[in-house]
Amino acid sequence: MTELLTLTPLEKEALKLSLWISIWAVIAILPPGVFIAWLLARKKFIGKTLLDGLTHLPLVLPPVVIGYLLLVLLGRKGIIGGWLYENLGISFIFNWKGAAVASAVVAFPLLVRAIRLSIEQVDEGLEAAARTLGAGPLRVFFTVTIPLIMPGIITGVILAFARSLSEFGATITFVSNIPGQTRTLPLALYTLTQVPDGEAGAFRLCVISVVVAFVALILSEFSSRYVFNKVRG
Amino acid sequence: MLEVKVLKKLGAFTIDVAFSSGDSGITAIFGPSGAGKTSIINMVAGLLKPDQGQIYLDDEPLFDSKKGINVPPNKRRLGYIFQDGRLFPHLTVKSNLMYGMKLIRKQDRKLNFDQVVTLLDLETLLYRRPAKLSGGEKQRVAIGRALLTSPSLLLMDEPLSSLDGRLKAEILPFVSRMQKESMIPVLYVSHSTDEILSIADRVIVVQSGKVVFTGGLDIAMVKERPEFFPPFGSNNGLVYR
Repeated sequence: MTELLTLTPLEKEALKLSLWISIWAVIAILPPGVFIAWLLARKKFIGKTLLDGLTHLPLVLPPVVIGYLLLVLLGRKGIIGGWLYENLGISFIFNWKGAAVASAVVAFPLLVRAIRLSIEQVDEGLEAAARTLGAGPLRVFFTVTIPLIMPGIITGVILAFARSLSEFGATITFVSNIPGQTRTLPLALYTLTQVPDGEAGAFRLCVISVVVAFVALILSEFSSRYVFNKVRG
Repeated sequence: MLEVKVLKKLGAFTIDVAFSSGDSGITAIFGPSGAGKTSIINMVAGLLKPDQGQIYLDDEPLFDSKKGINVPPNKRRLGYIFQDGRLFPHLTVKSNLMYGMKLIRKQDRKLNFDQVVTLLDLETLLYRRPAKLSGGEKQRVAIGRALLTSPSLLLMDEPLSSLDGRLKAEILPFVSRMQKESMIPVLYVSHSTDEILSIADRVIVVQSGKVVFTGGLDIAMVKERPEFFPPFGSNNGLVYR
């Protein structure tokens, strides 16, 4: 019985890797996500429709296409990847950082959408009031806007995190399926379905995935309720 | 003293006004809804940019289109009390009150916290959230929050219009007392003859974006000029509707 409940080294590795990659993906996209959400919600500028479209593109493109595009752009011979490798020694190929990039790209639109919606709901009159009380634009942003959109930020982070955890197509296309580097829970599950006698293992990974998703959902529900009460008073 | 001479086109509507407020006391900007009163004090506050003109406060420029000066709202040292209060919902009453005060250097603070809390009778509200306050309480907090920034001028945009008659009667004495004790001049936007008669010293009448009358305010004068001041004393206390 205890054997059933203990994770095998391979399962542990896949679970840790999944969480690690998703956490980094979300951390990396949070600041630019808030900024772009703010731009799209508040500013009028030339190319806004283009930016809006580019932001949402990963939502409608097949993940495999995204993985392929990342390979072309960020590969060691790619336009951006080549420069990064030669000048900064950064490579995304076949390692967890590449997997985090793939997750970040597919999760980005979900994050931006949630935050943008909440920024649109902020009463700009409150920000104007803060200005008349002596606060500069940056202070207003951090002391009024950010606290008021906190529920939206949390929703966005949870959605992005969940999307990262379930990322498959872009990851396997961009950084392949390498144990300990890019073999996250979904990739490990897929691998087990491809080998003889893998079914039992695949089922266990399936259960782990469900449990992780469920815990994340419950945590998000509690935290967003807590923050919502804080903000609405 | 506040000196204003501004031109602003808002679609088909044009605001073209010149006026100055007194050195002290309460100056009312009076006129019907849609006359451009709020736009005028938004320009004074720096929330709306005039197309051209000058706004000077105590001989310091806040806005001067010829000199290319447009001081941002946070550097104008004005207190603004909005029609809808605009308290920060995520902060307690106390944090709301301190929001602007904390940004002022200690030596520049003209009023201290306890003084304002006593003046506006806010002791029992300090640890509540704005959502739990009545309309009148909200406006008292908003007045306190603006006062604590030690402004050189207070702008009040129909601060009582969202309150019913009883609450109006509750707040008006606070406004008068606050003005007398703090000595901060007030620019008070209103469309109610009753309201301005009970607190204002001077009046600037604005109609369709133009100043049509300026002068001291008393009942005799109001009765003499029904074209500017519709008959007052009606049941709801609001005359211009």
